[in-house]
Amino acid sequence: MENEMTQVTDKEISKNIIISARNLNVYYGNFRAVKDVNLDVKKNQVLSLIGPSGCGKSTVLRCFNRMNDLILSAEVEGSILYNGINLYSAEVDATEIRSSIGMVFQKPNPFPKSIYDNVAFGLRINGYQGDMDEAVEKSLKQAALWDEVKDRLKDSGLTLSGGQQQRLCIARTLAIEPDIILMDEPCSALDPIATLAIEELIRELITKYTIIIVTHNMQQAARVSDETAFLMVGEDRAGYLVETGDTQQIFTNPKEERTESYITGRFS
Amino acid sequence: MSSNQAQSSLFPENLRKRKRFGQIIYFLLLSCVLIGIVSLLILLVRILFDGIDWLSWHFLTNFPSRHPEIAGMKSAIFGTIWTIALTGSFTVPIGIGAAIYLEEYSPKSWFTQIIEINISNLAGVPSIVYGLLGLALFVQWMSIGRSVLAGALTLALLVLPIVILAAREAIRAVPDSYRQASYALGSTKWQTQKYVVLPSAMPSILTGVILALSRAIGEAAPIIAISALVYLTFIPTNPLSRFTVMPIQIFNWVSRPQDEFRGLAAAGIIILLLILLGMNSFAIYLRNRYQKQSEE
Repeated sequence: MENEMTQVTDKEISKNIIISARNLNVYYGNFRAVKDVNLDVKKNQVLSLIGPSGCGKSTVLRCFNRMNDLILSAEVEGSILYNGINLYSAEVDATEIRSSIGMVFQKPNPFPKSIYDNVAFGLRINGYQGDMDEAVEKSLKQAALWDEVKDRLKDSGLTLSGGQQQRLCIARTLAIEPDIILMDEPCSALDPIATLAIEELIRELITKYTIIIVTHNMQQAARVSDETAFLMVGEDRAGYLVETGDTQQIFTNPKEERTESYITGRFS
Repeated sequence: MSSNQAQSSLFPENLRKRKRFGQIIYFLLLSCVLIGIVSLLILLVRILFDGIDWLSWHFLTNFPSRHPEIAGMKSAIFGTIWTIALTGSFTVPIGIGAAIYLEEYSPKSWFTQIIEINISNLAGVPSIVYGLLGLALFVQWMSIGRSVLAGALTLALLVLPIVILAAREAIRAVPDSYRQASYALGSTKWQTQKYVVLPSAMPSILTGVILALSRAIGEAAPIIAISALVYLTFIPTNPLSRFTVMPIQIFNWVSRPQDEFRGLAAAGIIILLLILLGMNSFAIYLRNRYQKQSEE
C-alpha cells in the first residue's frame, strides 16, 4: 500500500484525485482514535467508508472539512491534500474550507426555520449576491425535493418527513455549490423508501459532485459507491484502514481476509 | 382478588395496598400545590377587599399627599416605569452577552469555573446588600446621585445573575446539531450565534428576562438604600432625576397609623400586581410567538 501511494505521480493526482488523506492520525486527548490513514478520493465518484462501530469512519470523515476542530480535545496529525493545499496547514481557515466541502449529518438537522430559509442559509452567511429565489429553487430541484415543497416554502423545515428533511439538508448543502459532499450515515434514521430516494439522489449528484459517505449498511455501500474503504478497530482501539479499492472488487474479491470476514458477516 | 387467575403466585397479595399508597402520595402532592394556590388566593382576596374602594383614576394621576382622599401614586408609577426600562436596557444586553460568552466562547479553565460558581452565588445574595453596594458605588463613588440611573444600575446588578443563568440555560438547550449544521455551511462562530443559537434560545431567554425584571419591579430594599424618598411631587424627567418606586410608596403607606392609608397601600399593591401580571403575560405571549416562528 505504502508503495502504491508513493508511486502515484503529482500529475495523476491532479487528474483524478480531488482529495487525499496522508498519514492521518486523530487523537481525543490521549486516546488515538484513528491511526495512519492514507486515502485517495477520486473526482465525481462516491467513496464509501465502511467498518464496525468505533472504527473511526465518522472521525475520518469529519477530518475532511475540519469539523473535528469543534471538539476541544480532538487533535489531528498528518495532512489532507485538497487541490494541492494541505487543509491542516496554518494558513488554511477551517470556515473557508467548509463552503467547498459540505456535510450532511446522520440525523436530519434542518434549522427551525422555513424551508426557504434553510436552503438560503448558507448562501446568506457567505454573502451571496445573486438571485436568491432562483438559487433556492435550483438546489431544491437538485435534491429532488422541489415538487413536494414548492407550494409550502414558507413552512418550517421541521414539518417535513424524515426523508424530506434529509433531502432538505442535502439541498442546503448543494446551495453553496461545494466540490465535495461528506455524508455521515445519511440514511440511518430513515425508512427504506426514504433511503432509496437518497441513494438515487446520490447517484444523480455524482455528475457534479464528489461524495464521501460513511455507512453501516453494506448493501448501501455496494449500491451507491464506486470505491470502498474498509476500516477496522485495532488491538489498541484505534481505527485503521484495512483496504481500499473498487467497490465491486472489495465486495466480491477483497485482498484482505479481514475484509471478507466482515463483509460476509462473520463479525461485526 | 385471590380468585383472579392473572395474579402471580410468586408474590403475596399486595396490589390493593400498593395502590392505596399511590393514592396517599397523590393527595400529598396535590396538597403541596394547593398550599401555594390557596394562600395566594387568600392574599389576593384580602387585598382586593381592602383596596378596591381606593382605586380610582385620580389614584393613578395624583401625587402622594397627606390627605388620603386625594393621594395617588403617580410619582411612584412613573418612577417604577423609568427604573425598569433602564434596568432592562442594562441587563438584557449584558446578561445575554455574558451568557453567550460563558456557554459558547469561554475556554474551560479554573478561571471561568470560578466565574460560573460566583454567578450562581450572586443570584442568592440578599437585595439589601446590593442596595448598599449601589449606594457606595454609584451614588457616592461615581457621584451619580440618588437618581433613577443609580437605582436602575443597582437593580441591574441584582437581577443580572438571574438573567445570565436563565440565558445560559436557554443557550445550552439549543441542540448541538444546529450549530454543527451551521458551521458545516461555512458560518463563522458569531454567525452561528446570531442566526442559529440566539433565535432558538430567544423564547426562553425572554422568559427569564421578564421574570427577572418582575423581581426587580417588586424590590423595595435596594431602592430604599439608594433613594429613600417617598414624598415626591414630580416625576422623573431624565435618568439623573430623583425618584421613588411603587414598593416604597406602598411600604410608606402601610407604616402610617391611619386606616385610610392602609387602603391606599392595598390599592397600590393591586396596581403593582396588575403590572406584574401584565409583564408575565407578555413573557408568555413572546415565548409563544417565537416558538411558533421557529416551529411552524
